[in-house]
Amino acid sequence: MGFFGQFFVLAISAIFIQNFVLARFLGLCPYLGVSKKLDSAFGMGMAVIFVMTLASAFCYLIFQYLLVPYHLEYLQTLAFILTIAALVQFVEMVIQKNSPALYKSLGVYLPLITTNCAVLGVAILNITPLGDGSRYNFIWSVLNGFLSGVGFTFVLLAMAGIRERLEMVEMPKSMRGMPIALILAGIMALAFYGFMGMKI
Amino acid sequence: MLILNIITPLATSMASSIGIPVIILGTMGLIFGLVLAFAAKVFAVKLDPRVELILAALPCANCGACGKAGCAGYADAIVNEGVSVSLCAPGGPDAAAKIAKIMGTDAVAMDKKVAVYHCSSGGINNTKWKYAYQGIESCKSAVNIADGPNLCSWGCIGFNDCFAACKFDAISVDAEGMRHIDLAKCTACGACVAACPRKLITLIPINRNVSICCSSLGKNPVARQICGTEQTCIACGLCCRKCPVQAITIENNLAVIDYTKCIDCGLCATVCPTKAIVDLKAGMRKKAEIEAEKCIGCTICAKICPTKAITGEVKQVHTVDKETCIGCEQCVVKCPKQAIKML
Repeated sequence: MGFFGQFFVLAISAIFIQNFVLARFLGLCPYLGVSKKLDSAFGMGMAVIFVMTLASAFCYLIFQYLLVPYHLEYLQTLAFILTIAALVQFVEMVIQKNSPALYKSLGVYLPLITTNCAVLGVAILNITPLGDGSRYNFIWSVLNGFLSGVGFTFVLLAMAGIRERLEMVEMPKSMRGMPIALILAGIMALAFYGFMGMKI
Repeated sequence: MLILNIITPLATSMASSIGIPVIILGTMGLIFGLVLAFAAKVFAVKLDPRVELILAALPCANCGACGKAGCAGYADAIVNEGVSVSLCAPGGPDAAAKIAKIMGTDAVAMDKKVAVYHCSSGGINNTKWKYAYQGIESCKSAVNIADGPNLCSWGCIGFNDCFAACKFDAISVDAEGMRHIDLAKCTACGACVAACPRKLITLIPINRNVSICCSSLGKNPVARQICGTEQTCIACGLCCRKCPVQAITIENNLAVIDYTKCIDCGLCATVCPTKAIVDLKAGMRKKAEIEAEKCIGCTICAKICPTKAITGEVKQVHTVDKETCIGCEQCVVKCPKQAIKML
């Protein structure tokens, strides 16, 4: 398989088969919390893609060149949280100063996802050995981070689209809001379960 | 010696297994901390302290009446974009005065407004239907199908999106599905104005009690036939001609009141042949009365009276017919001797 073949496989698996929200059940908090409106879901999705890509890159470097040489792999969670938190904070400051427009669209969501498990999850999954014992290299880690973010955004937008329409439907009072959202999440997860057996 | 032989390697191994991670993580933390501290200085964006002060003065209902995303957005817009300080409807004049003080400007006199419907139709019994709509119970949704299920394509669809949009509990729906606005509770936030797909609701000053209760642009016989209450504006122009201050005009077969001119006399509501103009104070206005000792019989009041309620000969004391007087206070304004009082 050439580069693009591998890229395609990674894309399909990150977006559909191993979707962060519906297959790995990571990042459920924004999935339910920020999916009421399509606008805010889109902003959140873009922020997640952005942070996941950056976090993948930096956490990979920290792991490869700081933790592995000293046999400190067991500290990965601690080190990654530290890295992600500092990174997001730093990026937020830079954006606020240099690009007010981008800050307005992403700004509110950036601090929210600092401690999101999906971001930590992608950093840890990037350095976890695959089936044949090998690990992603730097480029594939970054690509995996980006594509996982795309998968997250895709599901978040689908959820927000459905919830916006559900708002207009007449339903029992006890089902309104969060209960129907949870049922909806379950049905969507079932649908994505269909991808589970796929091998590419 | 023996003890030392055991302790030394143990201590070295402990030192390396604990010390190295501590040093590495500690260094990481230190570097990140320094970078962030450095970045905070370099990339510092100066925030105006007035923004927070203004935010504290706002009611923080985040209703969006000002046109911004929320109270924080409005506070930011006041300071950075020079937006008017009097846009906050729920905060009213109090909030405007507080903000004006923070900004160092004079408080702009703020008219309290309320929402009114420009349609007398609505609900189950007051609407004539084009077809039986079965779908999502929302005006926004229903209006998309063949221009709405009600016959009048300018009128109320009756699924009461306005009721759902009101955050202040000011809109109520009665047993027949007809919506009503509680003017005491209305804060003029404009949520219902935005929610109505037919644009039947507008905000008018609270001290004006007359409003055109119709939005139909249709021509006379048809417009009236398709209206659920038959209280349609037929664009006869009677109100325009009778209005003492020319505040009403006919635009596209519909009367429109200019509230900057309107003096709230209620005359238009009494002359409207189809009762399409609603006067909330009808019959409740004070009646004019002429004080006999002050009246010099100049006949100005009799000439100005729009309903010819004042009669009298020249140089004789004039009298007001209480039945015909609608309490427009025109005569009070014009009387040169201040002989007329409203009782």
